[in-house]
Amino acid sequence: MSDTILNIENITKSFPRVIANKKVTFDIKKNAVHAILGENGAGKSTLVKILYGLLEPDEGNIKLNNKDFKVNSPAEARKQGIGMVFQHFSLFDSLSVKENLILGIDEKMSYSDLENKLENISSRYNLPLDLDAPITALSAGEKQRVEIVRILLQDPQILIMDEPTSVLTPQEVESLFVTLNALVKEGRTILYITHKLEEVISICDTVTIMRSGEIIDTSSTANQTPKTLATKMLGQKLDDLKTNYGHIKDEVNFEVKNISCDFNDPFLTDLKNISFQVRVGEIYGIAGVAGNGQSELMDILTGENINIKSGSITFDNKKIEKYGPQKRRDLSISFVPENRLGHSAVPELSLSENILLSQFPKNNFIRNGIILKNNVDDFANNVINEFKVITPGNDAKASSLSGGNLQKYVIGREISSKPKILIISHPTWGIDAGAEHSIRESLIELSQNGTSIIVISQDLDELIEITHKISVIYDGNLSKPFKTSEIEIEKLGLLMGGKNE
Amino acid sequence: MNSLFPSIASRSQSSGLMNFFVPIISIVLTLITGSIIFVLLGFDPVYALYTFFISPISSTYGISELFVKATPLALIAIGLSYCFKNNIYNIGAEGQLTMGAIFGGGIGILFHDTNAFWLLPLMIFAGAIGGALWGLIPAILKTKFNTNEILTSLMLVYVALFILDYLVVGPWKDPFGYSFPKSRPFSESGRMPLLFDGLRVHFGLIITLFLIFISWFIFSKTIFGFQLKVSGYSPKAARYAGFNQTTLVFFAFAICGAFAGIAGLAEVSGPIGLLYRDISPNYGFTAIIVAFLGRLHPIGIIFASLVIALTYLGAEDAQLFLQIPSAVGFIFQGLVLFYLLGAELLINYKLTYKKLL
Repeated sequence: MSDTILNIENITKSFPRVIANKKVTFDIKKNAVHAILGENGAGKSTLVKILYGLLEPDEGNIKLNNKDFKVNSPAEARKQGIGMVFQHFSLFDSLSVKENLILGIDEKMSYSDLENKLENISSRYNLPLDLDAPITALSAGEKQRVEIVRILLQDPQILIMDEPTSVLTPQEVESLFVTLNALVKEGRTILYITHKLEEVISICDTVTIMRSGEIIDTSSTANQTPKTLATKMLGQKLDDLKTNYGHIKDEVNFEVKNISCDFNDPFLTDLKNISFQVRVGEIYGIAGVAGNGQSELMDILTGENINIKSGSITFDNKKIEKYGPQKRRDLSISFVPENRLGHSAVPELSLSENILLSQFPKNNFIRNGIILKNNVDDFANNVINEFKVITPGNDAKASSLSGGNLQKYVIGREISSKPKILIISHPTWGIDAGAEHSIRESLIELSQNGTSIIVISQDLDELIEITHKISVIYDGNLSKPFKTSEIEIEKLGLLMGGKNE
Repeated sequence: MNSLFPSIASRSQSSGLMNFFVPIISIVLTLITGSIIFVLLGFDPVYALYTFFISPISSTYGISELFVKATPLALIAIGLSYCFKNNIYNIGAEGQLTMGAIFGGGIGILFHDTNAFWLLPLMIFAGAIGGALWGLIPAILKTKFNTNEILTSLMLVYVALFILDYLVVGPWKDPFGYSFPKSRPFSESGRMPLLFDGLRVHFGLIITLFLIFISWFIFSKTIFGFQLKVSGYSPKAARYAGFNQTTLVFFAFAICGAFAGIAGLAEVSGPIGLLYRDISPNYGFTAIIVAFLGRLHPIGIIFASLVIALTYLGAEDAQLFLQIPSAVGFIFQGLVLFYLLGAELLINYKLTYKKLL
């Protein structure tokens, strides 16, 4: 057993309402990329939190290099050689990259030492950083780079990565894989947590599949296909999805024309002359790397920002660029911004109450300023049933739902009002494969029933799977659209990297 | 070995039951700490606590006094809930109360020899307007110039107090008042009717209960209450929903100011009967404690106002019978707030003692 670095034996961890890990047992080999694959709520996060000293297991042992391993804090875990890069960043927004790195490491280090070490790491693993940039100025991808570098500064034996590619471009993913391979070559071990089936096969050596807190299987990835993995992970077969153009009408019902917007803010991307048209029943995808103007464009499409410099938005022959969100909803335009917690939903409120955030003229939710609770509750129950949202009931707080369930609920809320157009940003960001699949299916179904959809997403697979047309946003410029069925991935990748020949 | 100093870790789930018990636990802990203070001062804690908390309300008169004190506290606290639910920290209710007293009392002075049914309603209306206008100043400063409402509303308290001061020693001074800094008394029809003969509890209590009921309805049943709540929890979600946040800030301040203004008018036209310098023993500030002790909930605020009103009465009795300064009442108010905030922290977070290796 000399090639095993970590033995996990019979780990059990229960929470008041749920057993998150049930007698979890598997070994992790040294010098390998080991994937843990599972839906949200499968128990992956609990397991890695135990490894990283954030949670204490109720039962079970962990052995690191055949020695008992027990830690009570991340600092201890790091001292023993386990580092972790979280999916959600824990960086101080107002501080610079350099300051964050200094703060994030356990031993004292001078700036010059840091810079020396960093140069080494940056070049060896292809992780370039601007040390003096404030964190707020960085894209999600760059923030992740800071997180990775911060952990590498402490020379870990095992590096836990939680959904590392969710914010990266294809090129960045590739360079991340180069980084990971280099790390493994040096004798380190990567524990790779993901929902993405292709990634498991392309980068990982071994995969452990979890479902409902239990280990379903640990095996080599050599003989696996995305289908076999998905079946084990979900316990059910996934249907194939295919692009269908038949139902799209020629009529354009949403047109953005030469929208420009200056923010005068180094942390925001100015929008430059953005134009595109969406036809009735069409799903229009906007691809791009985080921080190229997506959220700025989203705010303008939803009406949360109406201070544009020039340009127009036309919907059903009405100029709507000066309309606020409610006036747009009154025209049956609906939107789902990227962030569920605190933007498209309020975590502290119940599911029923969250319905009221988005009201359309057809909804009969309010009479003379008084909320008609029965109508709202019925609507909520309907969304819960129709979109298979797992929750104890419509009075459960939004914060009690898993990311995937809440997203199904939010999207269900919008779709249930049968909008003429749905504008959605990152529909499946950070949610499990089951919810992802059902959300994509409902978007396709919605478009087939005649609703136009604009999808802003960094997930190319997603855009290719569901959209009819894709254009790429880069530094506030939007490329011309490409038909999804004829698209070349390389071409998209180049556009996303700002190369337009 | 564990480290001496605990660190704070968030709880995965806060207990709903504990949430309910927070105010009760804080009060119990306040009583325990209070008895320790009494012991240190050399009093029998049982007798001292009795003097402080039981004897003031062991007579009908005492209970009436309790309601007299609780009325403005509850009314201002429910007004403050409109702001606090919206995450607006209006701490200038004392100034809004004073302005309400000035506007409403001004009408009372103007019609000091008129006896008519419309006088009191007009004074109440003027009081509400005065408080609301004073509340709108920080609202305008916040929405137009992005100033911090905590500072502006607080500073305006002192401006209002000085205006009152100026009026009662200057233009509104009682010509027959032997130069005391007070105004003419209001006419009989400019006074809050008493609810019972011989007791000071007045019609302001009915107004307060009515406005608390209305507020309960607004908070739980109307879209306006919902908008306040959403914009308090998450301004981004409120913007997404298309709620007009500027309007919400204006409404919250105006309603809070109006309620405080009515409370101020109810004080001067109720127990006092005229305008003078010290119309309020810091009701506007103490109501902040009441609002939080009552967890911004109408029913909670009713109970909290009674508890805090008792500290006012207890302080008076303690001064009388135990010869301790009435400031002890403020100590109790401070303790309640301290334990309330402490318990709230412990509900959402736990202390962990890290093992030292």
